[in-house]
Amino acid sequence: MSELTGTTYQWAPGFIAGDRPKIVTSRFEYEDSYTLERYLATGGYEGLKAALARPAADVHTEVKNATVLGRGGAGFPAGTKWGLTPPGKFPRYLVVNGDESEPGTYKDRLLMERDPHQLIEGCLIACYAAGLSQCFLYIRGEMALAQERVATALNEAYAAGYIGNNILGSKLSVDIVLHWGAGAYVVGEETALIESLEGNRGMPRLKPPFFPAAIGLYGQPTIVNNVETLANLPWLLVHGAAAYTAIGTETSPGTRMVAVSGHVRRPGVFEIVNGTTTFRDLLYGDEFCGGIRDGHTLKAFVPGGGSAPWFVPDQLDLPFEGRLVGAAGSMLGSGAIMVMDETTDIPKAALTLTRFYAHESCGKCVPCREGGTWLERILARICAGNGTTADLDQLFEVGESICPGNFPHPSSERVGLTTAVPFPYKMTTICFVGPSAYAPVNSALVLFRDEFEAKVTAVPTRTLIPVSAASAAGGGQ
Amino acid sequence: MARLNDDNVRLAQEIIGRYPKPRSATIPLLHLAQEQDGHITNDAIRHIGELVGATSAEVLGTCTFYEMFKMEPVGKYLINICGTMSCALMGADDLMHHAEHKLGIKAGSTTPDGLITLEHAECQAACTEAPSVQVNYRYRFRVTPDDIDQLIDDLRAGKLDAEIPPHGTVARVRQHIPAGKGVGAVPPDAPIATTEPVWMSSGQAASS
Repeated sequence: MSELTGTTYQWAPGFIAGDRPKIVTSRFEYEDSYTLERYLATGGYEGLKAALARPAADVHTEVKNATVLGRGGAGFPAGTKWGLTPPGKFPRYLVVNGDESEPGTYKDRLLMERDPHQLIEGCLIACYAAGLSQCFLYIRGEMALAQERVATALNEAYAAGYIGNNILGSKLSVDIVLHWGAGAYVVGEETALIESLEGNRGMPRLKPPFFPAAIGLYGQPTIVNNVETLANLPWLLVHGAAAYTAIGTETSPGTRMVAVSGHVRRPGVFEIVNGTTTFRDLLYGDEFCGGIRDGHTLKAFVPGGGSAPWFVPDQLDLPFEGRLVGAAGSMLGSGAIMVMDETTDIPKAALTLTRFYAHESCGKCVPCREGGTWLERILARICAGNGTTADLDQLFEVGESICPGNFPHPSSERVGLTTAVPFPYKMTTICFVGPSAYAPVNSALVLFRDEFEAKVTAVPTRTLIPVSAASAAGGGQ
Repeated sequence: MARLNDDNVRLAQEIIGRYPKPRSATIPLLHLAQEQDGHITNDAIRHIGELVGATSAEVLGTCTFYEMFKMEPVGKYLINICGTMSCALMGADDLMHHAEHKLGIKAGSTTPDGLITLEHAECQAACTEAPSVQVNYRYRFRVTPDDIDQLIDDLRAGKLDAEIPPHGTVARVRQHIPAGKGVGAVPPDAPIATTEPVWMSSGQAASS
């Protein structure tokens, strides 16, 4: 029997600093936070009891009123998503997206490792409120510890009657099935996740017209929610929507988890107040990262995971708020900031990200399958010192075939554009993997073109050989 | 031999029973096969096809999509060094060169004694603890070249056997739904399931 006195967790220093409100990370300070015993001793399963004491529709309204934004990347409110299922079509399923693999993102793994019961309780509340008959908890294959902790927690919860038939003596009966992936980034996309759960290659389905809420797993209405989104629900049901919306801003209530990594003094995962905390607070604040590593200065940072267009120091004072960051030409994505100081070799940094997306392309859409690989190969050539000036144009050309038209420039004033191009952009692929391969290339090339030019050999602009008679005649003059 | 053994077939049937459609169990069963043999064999593919009601080609198609499934034997220990942005910024390239030098092999290959396979990996979701390394999917954080030396020496000496199971075993804890406690799979077309769940239809609180 373990002592119920807390010891601090040595990793993720952000959780113990400061006195910010904690919604999802309140138990992280305990060494045994993942046990049922600790969970019950710290108010565990109270949210579920509060939910079961009210009609399901009431609980749904409560979540809708709280505007719990999806934490997986798109930021769609969970309560609204639940309401998109076609009426009268049953059974409906819940699929929990725990396939966290966006570069820079590091929060769902902690939530599953450190507080699996909170996630389980969140799943049960969602199933109750939205009338979902079975829940599948999809955990990324490479996360061995998270799988073990969640499996143990599920076994404990079944034994204690928190999952299964007539939960806590009520009418709610739901099974939660642990499912694990096997290493594929694209499976984090909700339709690919469903394909993978059906036992197929994890390739995204074409949408619109049909989103998973209408036609999902086995053709039935399916809600796909991120781990962090669901982890918010127990607190929300105990404290109510009003308390939830009192934290953060009107458009971005509550808190969210942000991982800051790279060249900062104290990299870490932090639960921050949504919408008001600025990038400057996060990077330089004493209770967060404490500044760029000693003796160095900030050059650029990625504000929302590997897929997001980059920011430069000009954007430091933007708050961590979806719409404002979107208007500035990037996105918050999955809450991951990667910081580069002035020693960073920008083309090489862009290459590491583009290589990731080229590698992870599922191969369904040609622009991503071919374009991603092209971008990677051209960048690798440039980084190895074998590139020419024509390669720089070629990068834009390939990018144009993945994202036609204007691509957001995160630092529009700096590069001479008068208005920012809002996110999202146009794309020729089904999912965001293709554009994600181009986002780092575009950002690096637009913001730091001089660094690319320093690496390439200048060659004359390509001249095309005329093919038609008319142009041949014209060319012959 | 490379088909699933009797114990694993029982386990496979338990896993299949949790899903509304057997094919959903394909990936978990492939993990089971890899846990048994260290890699995926053609016999295992065929056997899984029989168990979930799919052709071997369909199972093979699923299998080859996912990075974790190895169609060729790999070492007892699979070392994955992350090379995506945050780790690259914190020196993952040097770490990889160091590991290649120490082991005398290139990334993507196995030591001649068949003990260690070295691989370049993509983001492992430990970006704030960069550079990150996994051994059979167990994390090592903020790894220095000295740590890599120590890790390889410890693996060779068998000092980490208690912590790190052989390649193929991912989670050592399995979900077991106790008999009588579970609801059972809810298939999309079962007549009882096509109506509103009972806690919804009454419009009352579930615990009343």
